[in-house]
Amino acid sequence: MLILAIETSAVASAALVTDHGPPTALPRVRAEFVTEDTRSHAEVLAPGIRQMLDDAGTGPGDLDAVVAGVGPGPFTGLRSGIVTARTLSFVWNRPLHGMMSLDSVAWRVAVDGVHDDAGSDFLVATDARRKEVYWARYRLADGMPELHDGPHVGPAAGLPQLPVYGAGAGLYADVVDAVPGYAMIQPEAGALGELALLRLAAGARPVDTTPLYLRESDAKVPGPRKRATGAGRS
Amino acid sequence: MVSRATASVPPVPEPPEPPVPREPLVLGIESSCDETGVGIVRGTRLLTNTVSSSMDEHVRFGGVIPEIASRAHLDAIIPTLGQALAEAGVELDDVDAIAVTSGPGLAGALMVGVCAAKALAVATGKPLYAVNHLVAHVGVALLDTSLFDGGQLPDNLGALLVSGGHTEILRVRNLADDVELLGATIDDAAGEAYDKVARILSLGYPGGPAIDTIAADGDRTAFRFPRGLSAPKYMKSKADGGHRYDFSFSGLKTAVARCVEQFEARGETVPVADIAASFQEAVVDVITSKTVMACREHGITTLLLGGGVAANSRLRALAAQRCAEAGVELRVPKPSLCTDNGAMVAALGAQVMVSGAAASDLDFAPDTSMPVTSSHL
Repeated sequence: MLILAIETSAVASAALVTDHGPPTALPRVRAEFVTEDTRSHAEVLAPGIRQMLDDAGTGPGDLDAVVAGVGPGPFTGLRSGIVTARTLSFVWNRPLHGMMSLDSVAWRVAVDGVHDDAGSDFLVATDARRKEVYWARYRLADGMPELHDGPHVGPAAGLPQLPVYGAGAGLYADVVDAVPGYAMIQPEAGALGELALLRLAAGARPVDTTPLYLRESDAKVPGPRKRATGAGRS
Repeated sequence: MVSRATASVPPVPEPPEPPVPREPLVLGIESSCDETGVGIVRGTRLLTNTVSSSMDEHVRFGGVIPEIASRAHLDAIIPTLGQALAEAGVELDDVDAIAVTSGPGLAGALMVGVCAAKALAVATGKPLYAVNHLVAHVGVALLDTSLFDGGQLPDNLGALLVSGGHTEILRVRNLADDVELLGATIDDAAGEAYDKVARILSLGYPGGPAIDTIAADGDRTAFRFPRGLSAPKYMKSKADGGHRYDFSFSGLKTAVARCVEQFEARGETVPVADIAASFQEAVVDVITSKTVMACREHGITTLLLGGGVAANSRLRALAAQRCAEAGVELRVPKPSLCTDNGAMVAALGAQVMVSGAAASDLDFAPDTSMPVTSSHL
């Protein structure tokens, strides 16, 4: 299979990921683009995808599916990736699958073998702004990350006392057990696509692309109107 | 940005640019506020105009909540796109270009339509035109065959756009590259003032239709509410630091609130219909008088009325009367083309394409305050 993965819950990224190769080999990233910036998704994502497809000589006919990271992540950036993935899937008539964005970091942890404390849990955290993090709790089973709790949004100080991977750890290294070398990493389309391919090959139940906002809009239903004069109500 | 491709293919020579069709088939996307619109036109011929509105979700807040509108756009955009293509009987392959509103509007809302349009351009290889929402409100007139002959806009054209987000007087010499802003609100849009006053009078949301309806039973001369920026000191030209063609509605809203409170303080019944009618008269009076003045002083002989508030009965009546007195032809597109929609975006996109303008680069950003002097990016 060859899939196009798009992940914008933090940085904007896209990747072509394939599992063509020996049956025992892990999926590999054929091409990818990643931005450092977390606030320019609407500008860079589409041209980045077009350039990546052109450079790789890949057309829609080569793709088996489109995968989108569904967050949690800041709303506007998150939507840019989801709407892009939905549109490409619609036009190309290819299946669309959602992936929880923090799984990307958890997969990096699994592949790199950094969490060698088998059977113990670890956390993945990313920046939720407003002095909070998005986070989830994972455990490794047969080399695969399993989600055990979350995703949630809340202050870093409220996290369970476990090693924390991801940019949310680096931001709050004073209050969490940030894992060196992994305290700045972000969810990226390459890792997300690799894990998606493994799950698809294993026959996992498909997930749709409903965004995981985890927060309501800030809108408040207005109360009684403010008075323009000092007059009391009769 | 880094691009790391491991497969290499020989560069494909660029195909020669195809000639621009005289009547291009254009698909337009609009998402600047609470309406998700997809329209398809062939030149100046309307094929379909599909709109999904999140208005009902904003009712309890008494106004559009940007984040709620943005979420609704994400959910509505693909179904609306599919419905528009089906209604028009058009395949994406047949489309000559994509157009999208890149501003002005709500940032998060614009972003959804812009990303969808960019993805459409990537997926189809079609050119993309990022166009101005306000100029599109003018361009839409080309689609209403009852307005102008010959599928083109008349000379000496002006436009008055009145909606929940806008109150502007434009001078339109050329849709693709020559639109001038003569005047605009400096605070609330007229439609926003309607919403706020409707809340003060407990008339519900959206305020425009509610006030228009109840005002029909009221006396519009019962109260004399302020006409913003009409005092002589404001009537200097923009160049001289004045606000000759500009509007302000925030003081009017406060004046209505104070009036209501005075009745309440005296324990008297609030004369809702009279207040609504007098408020509406204040809005419509100042809008039409300043607009007709702008027409006279700028040689505008045809005025196009657009935006959601163009449906207001008193605005239409007074604009018609004052335009007639001034010898200005008034034209009002049908209501489905006055409110925000994708067809207007497609219509302007088609005009921009026919003008020979280059398609937009895919890396443009939505511009929440895109000026009318920038008809497209």
